[in-house]
Amino acid sequence: MDLKLDHHNEDRLTIVEVEGEIDVYTAPRLRELLIDLVNKGNFHLLVNMEKVDFLDSTGLGVLVGGLKRVRAHDGSLELVCTQERILKIFRITGLTKVFGIYASVDEAKEAHGKDK
Amino acid sequence: MATVELTFSALPAHVRTARLVATAIARRTGVEESLLDEVRLAVGEACSRAVEAHRAHCPGEPIRIELRDDSGRFEVTVSDQAPSDEIKQEQPLDLGMLSDSFMSGFGIAVIAGLADDVEVFPSPKGMRIRMSWPAAANGRPA
Repeated sequence: MDLKLDHHNEDRLTIVEVEGEIDVYTAPRLRELLIDLVNKGNFHLLVNMEKVDFLDSTGLGVLVGGLKRVRAHDGSLELVCTQERILKIFRITGLTKVFGIYASVDEAKEAHGKDK
Repeated sequence: MATVELTFSALPAHVRTARLVATAIARRTGVEESLLDEVRLAVGEACSRAVEAHRAHCPGEPIRIELRDDSGRFEVTVSDQAPSDEIKQEQPLDLGMLSDSFMSGFGIAVIAGLADDVEVFPSPKGMRIRMSWPAAANGRPA
């Protein structure tokens, strides 16, 4: 499956919907979207990965790159993911300590609201 | 022993094909369903690393994968022809040090976390990554 990307804003949060496979071939498209969002002033990103079938270290690199960019603007990049196959790679790489990972968009929105 | 060999140009689009082939053969070889995601990810990481290395050093040369069903193991060897004298050592995670394209050694760290058995052979003539998983001895699904 190819990669499908979409995004919308809810309050101050930009929710990025990702569906399909994030790998060395498709990851540049996600990178471009994250850069574009940050360049347009969206500094609080929530990436919904519930429909991601595959994620490799190239995809992790793009997410880390996005996190670096939003942090430069005191922003945040958090994830929604409950799939064990995806969570496993975050655990192996230690990135569970770097990203906020939530079980649902609502849970992430609630946590984000409390941080305000 | 049955062997499947696949060579492909160093193009990111072909990594997905390599993953699909490896997963299909792993299933046929009798690797447990619960391990197939690990096979898919580990083979993808090895091929992605090889593609990036070839694009930097020798974009015209092909990358080779060998998939073997050998005495109860499913073995995958990914070989590239880009010089790789040393593997970057693991370092404490520091966000500021990570580039967008990530450290090339990170993929190998992921493979080591996934595969049951991994050996990495770097050399000036290219890197070879061999990894294997348990499979049914008779080649049927366990």
